[in-house]
Amino acid sequence: MKISKRHKILVYSVLVIFSLYFIFPFLWALITAIKSEPEVFSYPPKFIPDELLFSNFVDAWNSQPFGTYFKNSVIVTVLTTIGQLISCSLVAYGFARYDFKYKNFLFVLLLSTMMIPWDVTMIPLYMQFNMLGWINTLKPLIVPAFFGSAYYIFLLRQFLMNIPKDLENAARIDGANEFQIFYKIFLPIMKAPLTLVAVLNIILVWNDYLGPLIYLQDKAKYTMTLGLASFQGVHELQIIPIMAITLVMVIPPVLVFVFAQKYIVEGISGSIK
Amino acid sequence: MFTKKEKKFTLIRKRVPYLFILPWIIGYIAFTLGPLAFSLVMSLFDWPIAGEAKYIGLANFTKMFTADPQFYNSLIITFKFALIFVPLNLGAALVLALLITQPIKGMKFFRTIFYLPAVVSGVAVSIVWGWMFNTEYGVFNYLLSFLGIEGPMWLVDPKWAIVAIVVASAWGVGTMMLIFYTDIKSIPQEMYEAAAIDGAGPIRQFISITIPTITPTILFNVITSVIAALQQLTLVLLLTGGGPLKSTYFYGLFVYNNAFKHHELGYASANAWFMFIIIMLFTLMIFKSSSAWVFYEAEVKKEKKDKKEKKKKREVKNNEDLQKA
Repeated sequence: MKISKRHKILVYSVLVIFSLYFIFPFLWALITAIKSEPEVFSYPPKFIPDELLFSNFVDAWNSQPFGTYFKNSVIVTVLTTIGQLISCSLVAYGFARYDFKYKNFLFVLLLSTMMIPWDVTMIPLYMQFNMLGWINTLKPLIVPAFFGSAYYIFLLRQFLMNIPKDLENAARIDGANEFQIFYKIFLPIMKAPLTLVAVLNIILVWNDYLGPLIYLQDKAKYTMTLGLASFQGVHELQIIPIMAITLVMVIPPVLVFVFAQKYIVEGISGSIK
Repeated sequence: MFTKKEKKFTLIRKRVPYLFILPWIIGYIAFTLGPLAFSLVMSLFDWPIAGEAKYIGLANFTKMFTADPQFYNSLIITFKFALIFVPLNLGAALVLALLITQPIKGMKFFRTIFYLPAVVSGVAVSIVWGWMFNTEYGVFNYLLSFLGIEGPMWLVDPKWAIVAIVVASAWGVGTMMLIFYTDIKSIPQEMYEAAAIDGAGPIRQFISITIPTITPTILFNVITSVIAALQQLTLVLLLTGGGPLKSTYFYGLFVYNNAFKHHELGYASANAWFMFIIIMLFTLMIFKSSSAWVFYEAEVKKEKKDKKEKKKKREVKNNEDLQKA
């Protein structure tokens, strides 16, 4: 499709205006993070600091045990991702490749869990984990991931539904058992949608604030989000370390997104319809 | 006759599917069904975090509807937010999606920029926007002053705090945009070309081709964004904490505070169940209405197929009749 020059100029200018809205907050966080204290609290704000204090990042990192927070965040993110990949691929495979009694009923039940507001189960879950002695540990954040999530299962199932039935029948004739078929044949085929699940989960869990806020009390157990939020309110506006840590925290999900962009676009188009 | 081995094989085959879905079944009972039922029971109790729980019947619900002005306040605020946020976000997502489908160089770059904030949602969003909205040193009002606009006091002004939350949450529009984008991309170009030959301009094409084709995706986005809007919590918790003067005291925050600040677990359960019912009603209503405005390709195909089959049957019958005659 060809478009006129005037149309092109119009589209570009609109794109640039929108880009400012989306990119400026990042930029402003960076400018703030490398300013000196008096410059941060001056008005009108300065867009180019007199001195670029990159050492602010080091100071911010050392002002709280961010090494520990980072480690905790990585543990939770990695383990939940492993859990989701294992459980969701198994469950989605069961729903997509077999016929069994109550299948439709169970599948509707699965989908309906996506509609339950987070608040409803929050309180009993808190008590349940409290009874198990899991409060103030990372377990409540990790363990449920090993039992699958409706959204990811749905997404993988949509993908698996499109593969012809002959594939596993051929393998059965060759003497493979049901689990071997899943493990040796289907798992490799699912690489792309599984990558999407991993990416979505990493972004979600890395940014999660409410889960850690409810279940973790001890600073040694904090995740990055809690560490970052704890800057607020303790002292008056520690804006420089806040911005520095925010930028550090944003790096992992942005990297994950940049590397997996292709899977995100493909995966979404495969899952809605 | 089946051999012994074959019999054993079919038995295993019958059980195998359940083995595959077993993790989810266990998880559903432990982390969804159990807590859901328990929460309903709790809503009938006066249940402090420490100390004994006391059965009080429907008193929690009566209190909610008759004696707690905060309940209505937060409900109205949340609906107000949803009413502004959902159409705005949907519209913006659609416009952005149309923009990034334009055949122009550098689109991948813009697509990435538009999606980027959606990747970092939550704490980072509220902190950065909170700083930009700052009344004394905020860069947002400074930028507005270039356009000759005198910015309001954003987070300290009860009238504007909710607008600030809308602006900050709209920053994450990228996910919805991407969903629209992938769908619009999948519309065959020939349809537009054919329409162009028939003399349809870009706006006509958008109304007659793009919109009808993406109605299932619109439905999906409407439902997910209504649910998200009604459950908004992280942003208010960090950006305003419900203030100023409770002007951003969202329903999610109301429930959260009742549970974890005032330690009234039973009352908070009743609050949560009320929201659950509201969300289910909304979803149901949207679904019900959807048959009037959502078109599924499969259905259209099926209708065509049905018509063809009927025609065939009629022809066969006609032939038979002819032969008889």
